[in-house]
Amino acid sequence: MTGGLLFALTGVALFASGVAGVVLIDNLLRRILAFNLMGSGAFLVLVGLAQRNEVADPVPQAMVLTGIVVAVAATALALAMTRKYHALTGRLELTGDDND
Amino acid sequence: MKRLAVTALATGFAVVLVEAMLNLGPAAIDLRIPVRENLAESGVSHAVTAVLLNYRGYDTLLEVAVLLLALVAVLTVTDEADVAFPHMEHPVLQTLARLATPLMTVVAVYLLWAGAFRPGGAFQAGSVLAAAAVLLHLVGLLPGWRSPRLPLRLGLVAGLLTFLAVATAMLARGALLEYPPSMAGGLILLIESVLTVSLALILAGLFLLLSRDEGPS
Repeated sequence: MTGGLLFALTGVALFASGVAGVVLIDNLLRRILAFNLMGSGAFLVLVGLAQRNEVADPVPQAMVLTGIVVAVAATALALAMTRKYHALTGRLELTGDDND
Repeated sequence: MKRLAVTALATGFAVVLVEAMLNLGPAAIDLRIPVRENLAESGVSHAVTAVLLNYRGYDTLLEVAVLLLALVAVLTVTDEADVAFPHMEHPVLQTLARLATPLMTVVAVYLLWAGAFRPGGAFQAGSVLAAAAVLLHLVGLLPGWRSPRLPLRLGLVAGLLTFLAVATAMLARGALLEYPPSMAGGLILLIESVLTVSLALILAGLFLLLSRDEGPS
């Protein structure tokens, strides 16, 4: 097992826990965190699989760099909307989430 | 019940993916060879920068547009509430931030310059600059931003506009974003320098425009 494969397998674990978190967690802030965990997992898979061979492939690395910045922007937007939602309703859970 | 089902599904999904990765065959397309062979024409000697700003310039152009779009969207959902000044104006923190900010600026310029031949580039430099702005804000030296006025707006869009201008200027040569090899290095440096400023403003804005006291709802 190479280091790159270890990164990719860790990424799979992170992605799966992120998916479970997005579905299970009602609190919006924690759900955004879970969503970021999913993204980090996907980035780790890309970077990890890119270095399976001796020379790392630069194309997935550049894609991950792009993805990180877009993820930051998406997170900021999600936080802004959560904040507005909280200011309007005083809640941090979406309605209809509590019919477990 | 739902918790159990979701956990089981996620675990199963992870197991299937791990299984697939452990038995992964060689990649169908190996991009490392064309990247390496064309590096001399790309204008930079670091492969990741070459991919970002030359081979796949479209990605980066659209990425900057996405960032700008996110900032505009953030602006539309924030109120005209009072701008916040964090209540953490400790003299030790302020002195530390004053010492760190010039160093972070130097690091940002170094990262921008290093992008041509080693890991670095506009995005890393921009995020270091934005982090410096957030640091100054958190210790109470820089107020949160109100809705941006003209100079700030120009700064925010300068990166995208420069990138677009270069792209359309290259259109005369037949393809969008196809730099002539002799000018590629200079053009990439120009784009990256303006992008650094714009990305720093956008990333700092995502934080500083949100940092307001909550108005009466």
